[in-house]
Amino acid sequence: MTKGTPRIGVITFPGSLDDRDALRAIQTMGGEAVSLWHADADLHGVDAVVLPGGFSYGDYLRTGAIARFARVMDQVRTFAGRGGPVLGICNGFQILCESGLLPGALIRNRSLRFVCRQVHVRVETTVTPVTTDLVPGEVLDIPVKHGEGQFVAGADELAAIEAEGRVVFRYCAPDGSLDDVHNPNGSANAIAGVRNEAGNVVGLMPHPEHAVDPDVGPTGGQPLFGSLLTSVLARV
Amino acid sequence: MTFVFEVLVTLKPGLSDPQGKAVEGSLPALGWTNVHDVHVGKHIRVSVDAADEAAARAQVDEMARRLLSNPVIEEYRILETEET
Repeated sequence: MTKGTPRIGVITFPGSLDDRDALRAIQTMGGEAVSLWHADADLHGVDAVVLPGGFSYGDYLRTGAIARFARVMDQVRTFAGRGGPVLGICNGFQILCESGLLPGALIRNRSLRFVCRQVHVRVETTVTPVTTDLVPGEVLDIPVKHGEGQFVAGADELAAIEAEGRVVFRYCAPDGSLDDVHNPNGSANAIAGVRNEAGNVVGLMPHPEHAVDPDVGPTGGQPLFGSLLTSVLARV
Repeated sequence: MTFVFEVLVTLKPGLSDPQGKAVEGSLPALGWTNVHDVHVGKHIRVSVDAADEAAARAQVDEMARRLLSNPVIEEYRILETEET
C-alpha cells in the first residue's frame, strides 16, 4: 500500500554507471528515490524498481549475463511476478532480457560502433507503467549511449512481440516515421523498447534519466518518470 | 578428480554477426580474397572437480545453458576433456 510520495528503487550493481542520474531523475520528477544494492535481500518496500544503465560486471561474458544472478534479482523477479512496475534502462534492459523477464536479446550494434547521441523514439503503446501519460505515436527526444543495443529475437518470438503489441518504443525520424537511417544500432523493426506480456516490466535502450533537466538538454525522459509515478499512485 | 572442459559458444546461424563481418572484411587487405562466412565466437575453459566424467560433463552442460551461453542468441559445444 502506498500513501503519499511513491518510492522508486534504483539498483546499483558493480559497474552500474547511471544509477545516480536515475535516482536524481526520480527525485526531480517528484518521487522518493531509494538506492538498492545488488546484494540486498529485499527491495525495502519500494513501489517500483529501476535497473539503470552502465557496465555491470564489466559487461563480461555478455552484457547483463552476470548481473541477472545478483541476489537482489530474486526479489525483482518476485516483485515483477506480482505485477510490480519494473523499468530497465540500457544495461538494465539487457539484464531483464538475460533474466527472461523480457523477450529477445541485445547484441553488438550493427555498425560495431559505440553510439552516443540524441535520437527520437516513437511511443507505440501507452499500456505500460512508463507510458501511461503519453499518446501513441508521440515522439520523444532522448539520448542513447551503447555498444550492444541491437535488439534481436527469433522469428516466431519477434512476430509474437509485434502481434501482441509488446513493442513500447521504436527509433524514428523527428516526424515519427521509420527508416533505417534513424535506427542507431540495427535493432529488428527499429525496436528501442519492449514490455513483458503482463505489461508491468519495460526495457528500453535510450536513457530517459539523462533527459529530464531543461538546463542540460532535451527533456524527452520526463514523461517516462512522470508516468511511472502516476502508475504507482494509481495502483494504491 | 578434476576434469577440464572447453565450451565453444557461437551465435545461432542466421543471426547478425557484425564482428564476423568486420573480420571477414579485413582479410582482403591482407591478400586473401577467397574467405567467406567468417563468424566470431567465444571459448570458455573450465576445470570441474567431480566423481566422474559423466557427472562433470552434465554439470558443464547445465552451466553452459544457464550462464555461459544465452539460448536466445547462442549455441554451444562442449569439447573433449582432459583429466588431470
